[in-house]
Amino acid sequence: MAALTEEQTLLRDSARAWVKDKSPVSALRKLRDAGTPLGYDAARWKEMAEMGWPGIIVPEAHGGSEFGYLSLGLVLEEMGRTLAASPLVSSSLGAATALMLGGNAAQKEKYLAPIAAGELVGTLAIDEGPHHAPERIAMKAKKTDAGYTLSGAKTLVAEGMAAGLFVVAARTSGRAGSTDGVSLFLVPADARGVKRAALQTMDSRGHAQVTFKAVKLGADALLGGEGQGWQVLEPTLDRTRAGLAAEMLGMAAAAFEQTVEYLKVRTQFGQLLSTFQALQHRAAKMFTELELTRSAVEAALQAIDTGANDIRELASLAKVRASETLHLVSNEMVQMHGGIGMTDAHDAGLYLKRARVVEAAYGNAAYHKERFARLNGI
Amino acid sequence: MAADTPELAAFRDEAAGWLAANFPASLKNRGHIMLNLNVETDEPDFVQWKQRMGEKGWGTPTWPRQYGGGGLSRDEARVLQQEMAKAGAWSPIGGMGVMMFGPTLLEYGSEEQKKRFAPGIVNGTTRWCQGFSEPGAGSDLASLATRCEDKGDHWLVNGSKIWTSGAQYADWIFCLVRTDTTRKHEGISFLLFDMKSPGVEVRPIKLISGNSPFCETFFTDVKVPKDQLMGPLNGGWTIAKRLLQFERQGLSGANGGPAGGTGGGTNRGPSDLVALARKYVGQDKDGRVADPALRQKLIDNAIRQKAFGLTLQRAAAEAKGGGGPSSATSVMKNAGAELGQERAELTLEIMGNQGLGWEGDGFDDLELGAVRGWLGGKAFTIYGGSSEIQNNIIAKRMLGMLDHQ
Repeated sequence: MAALTEEQTLLRDSARAWVKDKSPVSALRKLRDAGTPLGYDAARWKEMAEMGWPGIIVPEAHGGSEFGYLSLGLVLEEMGRTLAASPLVSSSLGAATALMLGGNAAQKEKYLAPIAAGELVGTLAIDEGPHHAPERIAMKAKKTDAGYTLSGAKTLVAEGMAAGLFVVAARTSGRAGSTDGVSLFLVPADARGVKRAALQTMDSRGHAQVTFKAVKLGADALLGGEGQGWQVLEPTLDRTRAGLAAEMLGMAAAAFEQTVEYLKVRTQFGQLLSTFQALQHRAAKMFTELELTRSAVEAALQAIDTGANDIRELASLAKVRASETLHLVSNEMVQMHGGIGMTDAHDAGLYLKRARVVEAAYGNAAYHKERFARLNGI
Repeated sequence: MAADTPELAAFRDEAAGWLAANFPASLKNRGHIMLNLNVETDEPDFVQWKQRMGEKGWGTPTWPRQYGGGGLSRDEARVLQQEMAKAGAWSPIGGMGVMMFGPTLLEYGSEEQKKRFAPGIVNGTTRWCQGFSEPGAGSDLASLATRCEDKGDHWLVNGSKIWTSGAQYADWIFCLVRTDTTRKHEGISFLLFDMKSPGVEVRPIKLISGNSPFCETFFTDVKVPKDQLMGPLNGGWTIAKRLLQFERQGLSGANGGPAGGTGGGTNRGPSDLVALARKYVGQDKDGRVADPALRQKLIDNAIRQKAFGLTLQRAAAEAKGGGGPSSATSVMKNAGAELGQERAELTLEIMGNQGLGWEGDGFDDLELGAVRGWLGGKAFTIYGGSSEIQNNIIAKRMLGMLDHQ
C-alpha cells in the first residue's frame, strides 16, 4: 500500500464505508434486473457528487478538490470491490483529464465545473472497431469555414447513454496508423446529427454506439491543436487506464477475498476446502499476483501525480497486470466455488462479466504488452 | 486411414445405402441446431428419422441386438460414423441414456432391467437424468445423504439432488441413494425411478449464462418399486464410478461427437479461430494474425488441440480390444475441458468489443453465442467431477495409491 496522506486515508475509508452501505454488489444486480439504459443509479451518483468525488482530480479553480490521481484511484478501487456503477472513470477521470490537458481557458471554464460537480457526464469516444486502436482512428473531421463537420461512428462508448458531452477523436489529416492528424473535439450529446443506441453489454453497464452524421461544430469545439490531438489523447488515455486499473485491482481483491472466505467455510471429504494444499497454493498464487498488481497500479497513479517521465510505460504495465490478475482471479472465483459459482444467484458471474469488459477497455493486455515492448525496445 | 477389409467395405456400402434411403435431405447438417433444442422438434422428417434410427439401433450402434442395439463391432461403428459424416447425417438418439446410463445398464443391470430399460434409450423415447450431486456432496460425491429406506414392498426416498441436468425434461432418473448410514462408500445404492412419481419436485437453476440446463430436484416420500434397484444393495458406488468413466469419456469428446472438435462440452463456438482472428484483428503484410500476443496464444491452442485430438485417436485405438473407458478418461476430461474453455476465452479476446454483448442490437448471433458459450463452458471444469477431482484420480493412479473416486 502506498504511503497515504491523512486526507487520502480518510477518503479511502469513507469510500469503503459508503460503497459497502450504499452500493453493494446487490445494487448492480438490481440495476441489471431493472434494465436501465443509463447503467448506473442517478440518485447514488448525486450522493457521490455531494462527497466531491467527481472533482477529485479537477483544479480548485474549476470547482474540484485537486486531490490527484492516486486519490481518485483509491476511490475507484473501492468502487471496483463491489462493482459499483458510476461515470467516475469515463467522466470524472477520462473527460476531465482531456479537458485539463488540452482545454483552453474557455473550454475549461465551460465544462470542468459541471463535470466536477457531477452535473455533466462527459466521456471519451475513441474506439471504432472490435479492438482499441487509437493510432488507427479513421473517423473524419472535415474543416469548414465555420469550423468542422464530423462524420462516422464510435463504438462501446462508456456511459454513452448518460453522457452530455463526448470527447471525440477524429482525423483532420493523415492516414489511419499515423498519430499525426488526429484531432479531438468536444461534442455536446444534443448536437444535431448525434445519435446513440444503447449496447446491452454483459456487465449491464451503460455503453452505447454513437453515430455522428455530418455534425457541424464551431472552431471552438477543437480540443488542443488541429492534427495535434495525440498529444492530449495519449496522456488522457494513460491516466484513464491507470484509474481503470485501480478499479480492476479492487474487483480482483474483492473476488479473491470472497473466494478465500468460501474455502474457509465449505467442507468436502470431511475437511474445509482451505485445508487442501492444492487450493492453498492457488490462493497463494493469486495473492502474489494481486500484490504485484497493486504495486504497478499505485506506481502509475503516483507517476501521474508527480509528473514523472515514465507514465506511458507504467500505465501499460498497470493495465497488463490488472487485466491478467483480474482474468485469473475472476476465473478462479467461479472454479473454486464450484457449481454454486455457476449460478446466476451468486456474485461470481457478475465479477466475471464485468472483468472481461474492463480487460478490453482502453486496450487489452495484448495491446499494452506490445506497447510496453515498443517503449522499452524489446 | 487404413483400407477397409472386404467385410468392412461391404458394410460401408450397406451403411451408405441405408443412409441414402432413410436420412431425410431436409435434416442434412442440422444436427447441431436440432439437438440443442430443449424441447424436441416435431418436424415430420425428424420424427420419421428418429423412428427409423431407433428401429435400426444405429443411435446405439455397438449395443447388443437383443436389447435393440445395432450389434455392430467397433470398426463397423467407426465406418458408420464416417458415412454419416459424409452424408451430413446425425444421430437423433442421444442424451444421458445413450452416453452414460445405457452402457452402465448393460454392464450392471439384471437381464430383466436391460430388457425393460434399454429399448426406450435405443429408440429415444425415454429421457434419463442423473441424480448424483447434492448441495453438501459435490466433489465429495460419496458423502451424499439422500435417504432410501426399505419399506418391505417398496423403497422410500427422501432428500434432494442438485445440478440434475435436464431434470425438467427427463422421464426417468438414475439416482445414487444412501441405504446405509453407518458406512460411506459402502452405504450407497443405485436406484432407478420415474420422474412422475408422487413426491418428485424439480426447480431449474438459472446459470451465469442466462440458461437453466441444470435443476434442483427434491424427493419427498417417493415410493419406488423394489425391482428398480440396480446392482446389489449398498453396491452402488462401484456402479457410479463406472458410470462416471462413461461420463468423462463423453465429456472429453472421445465418442467422436461434436465435442471432439471444440474440446469438450457443448461449447458452440466458431470452429476456425484463425479465420476469426483475421476477420476481427486483421493480418500483417505476411498474412499473419496482426496481434503478435494473440497469435502466440492461437499457436499454443492449435498445438494443444492437435495433440488432444491425437490422444483421443490413440486412446480409441488402444481401447479397440474392448474393455471400454479407462482411468485415462480423467486425463481426457481435463485436457478437453481446459481446451474448450481456452478456445472460448480466445474467441472473446479475438472479438474484442464485439465479444462483450449480452443481447440486443449491435452484436450478431455468433458474437452473442460466443459470450453465452463462454459462460456456459465455465462448467466444463466443474461438472462430471471437477478438474481438481480428476487431478486427484490421476495423481493417485500415478503414485500407486488406493482411490475411492
